[in-house]
Amino acid sequence: MKRLLYAAIAVLIVAGLLALGANHFEKEQSAATGKAGSSTKVLNIYNWGAYIDPNLIAKFEKQTGYKVNYDTFDSNEAMLTKIQQGGTSYDITVPSEYTVQKMKQLGLLHKLDLNKIPTLKYYDKNFLNLAFDPHNQYSVPYFWGTLGITYNDKYVKPEQIQTWNDLWKPEFRDSIMLTDDARDVFGFALISLNKSVNTTNNGDLMAAKGKLDALAPNIKAIAADEIKMYMAQDQAPLAVGYSGDASEMIAENSHLHYVIPKDGTNLWFDNLVIPKNAKHLKAAYAFINFINEPKNAAQNAEYIGYSTPNAAAKKLLPKAITAQTNFYPTDEMMKKFQVYTNLSQAKTEEYNDLYLEFKMVHR
Amino acid sequence: MLKNRLFYFIPYGLWLILFVGAPIVLMFGESFLSMAHHFTFANYQNFLGSGIYLQMMFNSIWYAFLITVITLLISFPTALFLSNLKYKQFWLLLIILPTWINLLLKTYAFIGLLSKNGSVNHFIQLLGFAPQQLLFTDASFILVAAYIEIPFMILPIFNSINEIDNSLINASYDLGATRWQTFRRVILPLSADGIRAGIQAVFIPSLSLFMITRLIGGNRVITLGTAIEEHFLVTQNWGLGSTIGVVLIVAMVITMVLTRERKKRGRK
Repeated sequence: MKRLLYAAIAVLIVAGLLALGANHFEKEQSAATGKAGSSTKVLNIYNWGAYIDPNLIAKFEKQTGYKVNYDTFDSNEAMLTKIQQGGTSYDITVPSEYTVQKMKQLGLLHKLDLNKIPTLKYYDKNFLNLAFDPHNQYSVPYFWGTLGITYNDKYVKPEQIQTWNDLWKPEFRDSIMLTDDARDVFGFALISLNKSVNTTNNGDLMAAKGKLDALAPNIKAIAADEIKMYMAQDQAPLAVGYSGDASEMIAENSHLHYVIPKDGTNLWFDNLVIPKNAKHLKAAYAFINFINEPKNAAQNAEYIGYSTPNAAAKKLLPKAITAQTNFYPTDEMMKKFQVYTNLSQAKTEEYNDLYLEFKMVHR
Repeated sequence: MLKNRLFYFIPYGLWLILFVGAPIVLMFGESFLSMAHHFTFANYQNFLGSGIYLQMMFNSIWYAFLITVITLLISFPTALFLSNLKYKQFWLLLIILPTWINLLLKTYAFIGLLSKNGSVNHFIQLLGFAPQQLLFTDASFILVAAYIEIPFMILPIFNSINEIDNSLINASYDLGATRWQTFRRVILPLSADGIRAGIQAVFIPSLSLFMITRLIGGNRVITLGTAIEEHFLVTQNWGLGSTIGVVLIVAMVITMVLTRERKKRGRK
């Protein structure tokens, strides 16, 4: 009993010392960034995991004196749930376009004062005033990308994989990894049938479901972020996923290549928004302007590997990056791209029920 | 005296109410709510009226059953063997050791082992066979799940075997019983409680496995855990998600009842 007590005391002492040390370093850091301890000079960011160059946060803190608290999420739905439940006070978060729509409907977003965002002028006009948020009343794009196919040139020749329909070829038996998302999986099936990715027509959905069932023998696994690791390790010849993930995989395995199928694809945007219950509006605007400074935006884009909507930043990026039409598609290609719109609850469930059913078939 | 006992009950009672009672009540209530927060039986109708959910229910039970049988087949002889060893507590510790490591880390370690260029395939190649697809198969899913559950099966069985008085076994031999008869008539009945506890500890969590189904099973194995995750995180239909949770609880209660300690006649 005595020994147990000593052990407990020892644990408490170690924990206490660690906490003291952490506190000390934090203070030192905030002293270095100026105005120590003033609680109004903070900015709470809620972003996707690994979705900003950490050096930029340090630079922002140094430049503006704000202390950044940074939290991450791994799905739009998880983020939305947390903000909707209240009790949080994030000043910046990064929903995808259909979630911007949903948050807008739910009244969760602060209406932006565009006069306070002079850096808006750096944006490519094609990425402003989009259907999911007309006149950028609530959001400005952060990054954008596409859904496409990553292949390994050890097993697949580029001419073998040109359109979505090529995935159904019998030679790709047990070869494809799919990203675990109802909208994305149904999205490419609908595109392969020449339908809208936002269809609410039950007949179209059933046709897509039928077509997906036919794809089952070619599917190796349905997974999430792990696909990056699996593909980098040569685990499968083909994967369907986002352009940014593809660029990460390619960085690790030079045999991998990313293609946007010729028949078009989904175009998505992640956007900076300010939640309604944000407490540090000034800091939030300062951050939006900071991250849109061409130099910072370019640094961020190079670090993350997604495509930047910032035209001035794009000019600063190495030609080797911006000349790749699979990451910076031409206007001609873009014409065939489709953006998701928010579906009604009933339709969301219909998509997901059919998707679950499809997952049950695939084995 | 009574007052004293009441006082000791406070921490336990609070725990019970806050972390066992309240969540179950909330979940049960939620399962009768529609998306618009009206009272409804629709969630249960949806669940019971849909082939997919019944199929998933079947999958959950079937895989949990397989995992339990496999862990039992490995654990019972192991426990029996361990209880006869000299430094049995030490050997037992080695078996418990992996449970100190986070579940997710162990799963990722298995990805490394079972992948195309993993150690297992290297070994297979060393023996002169072509590399096999090991990940994303039913077999690998069951293997990893069984590996994770095995300590929870061995522990109770070991404890019950360890408690058997050796003189009972000696008496059995003295009275002319063969090894097999001693095992069947003495050791097995006396360790039955441990086996029951082990089955409960393995079967019940196995019903709602979901992370491994994706990481190792590549979503080829779809159980109710997958559906719950989807309803809470993607479709946000918490009502239906809770309904599936209630169904799982019912399944667990049934398991508990089936494997409960039988009333013994006579002593005890």
